[in-house]
Amino acid sequence: MMTLPNTTSTERAGLLPRARPLQLLPWAVSAAIVGYAFVVGGYIATVIAFALVYVVFVTGLNLFMGFANQVSFGQNAFAGLGGYASAILTTTYNWPVLPAMIAGILLAVVIALIIGYPTLRLKGHYLAMATLAIGLITYEIAVEWQSMTQGYLGISGIPPLGIGSYEIISDRGQLAILSIVALLAVFIAARIKSSRMGRAFLALGASENAALALGINVSRTKLIAFLTAAAFAALAGALFVHVVGYVSPEVFGLHMVILGFTMLYVGGIGSIAGPLIGALLISLLPEVLRGFKDYQDLFYGAALILLLIYAPRGLAAFFERRERTGSAS
Amino acid sequence: MTAAPARILETQALTARYGHVQALSAADIHVCAGELVAVLGPNGAGKSTLLRAILGLASTTGTASFHGTPLPRQDPVAVSSRGVVLVPEGRGIFGPMTVSENLQLGAYRLRSDKAEYERRLTRVLALFPRLGERLSQTAGSMSGGEQQMLAIGRALMSDPKILLLDEPSLGLAPRVIAEIMEKLALLRDEGLPILLVEQKAPAALKLAQRAYVLVLGRIVACLDPRDLSSHDDLAKYYFH
Repeated sequence: MMTLPNTTSTERAGLLPRARPLQLLPWAVSAAIVGYAFVVGGYIATVIAFALVYVVFVTGLNLFMGFANQVSFGQNAFAGLGGYASAILTTTYNWPVLPAMIAGILLAVVIALIIGYPTLRLKGHYLAMATLAIGLITYEIAVEWQSMTQGYLGISGIPPLGIGSYEIISDRGQLAILSIVALLAVFIAARIKSSRMGRAFLALGASENAALALGINVSRTKLIAFLTAAAFAALAGALFVHVVGYVSPEVFGLHMVILGFTMLYVGGIGSIAGPLIGALLISLLPEVLRGFKDYQDLFYGAALILLLIYAPRGLAAFFERRERTGSAS
Repeated sequence: MTAAPARILETQALTARYGHVQALSAADIHVCAGELVAVLGPNGAGKSTLLRAILGLASTTGTASFHGTPLPRQDPVAVSSRGVVLVPEGRGIFGPMTVSENLQLGAYRLRSDKAEYERRLTRVLALFPRLGERLSQTAGSMSGGEQQMLAIGRALMSDPKILLLDEPSLGLAPRVIAEIMEKLALLRDEGLPILLVEQKAPAALKLAQRAYVLVLGRIVACLDPRDLSSHDDLAKYYFH
């Protein structure tokens, strides 16, 4: 009988965190960007505030697409549900902000459950098309249900974020609260990834049949990933309407999906830091390139292409590289 | 007079289809306690389909029973929870995850019993010490042989009552195949029933107590490997 390696069980199971300085770099860069915006305030603080809302949205997208390896073009629908529900409850029914946001998230999760149960039987391109349809239908409802959503005019006068009578109005205050929420979202995603359920997401993403053979209920796991992503999207949508104070159907249009995808792939799909670094970078890029005036879009496109050529797994992949020693044949 | 050994796994008239294509026709096989049974046959004979049908991954008619009780149809989660565990063709390891994470997924149904997890991990690392040296390495970066060891190790982490192996020799060098087969012999000697699907008949026949020959979706023979004077004898079944 051969002997075991001379290590403790915890080390053997690879459970000890082994943070390396390089792994901390995306977090340090992100903290520096947010810190700079906090000090400078004004316009740049607003840009970073929107980026932090997108961190929440893209973190949810990453759970479904990066971990569980499923495709969804319809996460904007759940952001819209969360955003509109919170906007309507606070403006029309005078609900406090926090309960309205929670109600918006719950509504999105219930709708995701109703939609996800039949839709998630589809795979690949079929699932992508079905989820795209969900986004388009939600958009049409926001346009046509004028008695509730006020159509293209949108809803204005949405109260800012706050708890009870305390409202956070200043740029810096909003930036601080959004930083906390974004960090919390990233922390939750990291906890999910290292949990039993997170490993089931990853297994499902790698091979459905192998996951089934191990006793993982693939349908249920897919649905849980979908619902979790919907909750993150709804939270992002609710945050957005309370930061801006206004909502219209365009806010949660296809543009949101494209932007979310860009942030996810540039930041690093499947990584924890990817949504954070991706959302901050993609939000800042147009500001950095503003000096190029008419050529801004050209340089923006070129920058994205270069990033995807030289960092195909995203920027965070540089810093989260796993150990790759040993033989390979 | 000794009693016949108990049948752990048994299929009766098990038939599987992919759409209009019948890939397995009325297969009757059984595996007894402590037995390693091989299923041999040429490429496309339906060997993998047989395993998929037992696990519930294919649309089937007929029955597959485990310890005398029918296994649920098209419910692989329920089948694997009974201890019927498949090591799929192509290994099905989770490449981007570490060896450690792959092994943790093998014990997915265990939930929070750390002592039992440790016991299983110790057993697997004793059987495959190389996995112990590579716990923090991504599974996809390992050699084919190591990946196959991981696939078997991960299946063992679920504490199977019977192991279904689909072509564990696929794409491996002869030396590595011999090493894998040696480990399977150890498991067989420990009393773990194994149903081994294999194209490389000589390697499988060295281990097996019995072998079924599957051709064009039909079981055409059930052999005792000791009765085969040479492996050329198999060819007559392949081309019958």
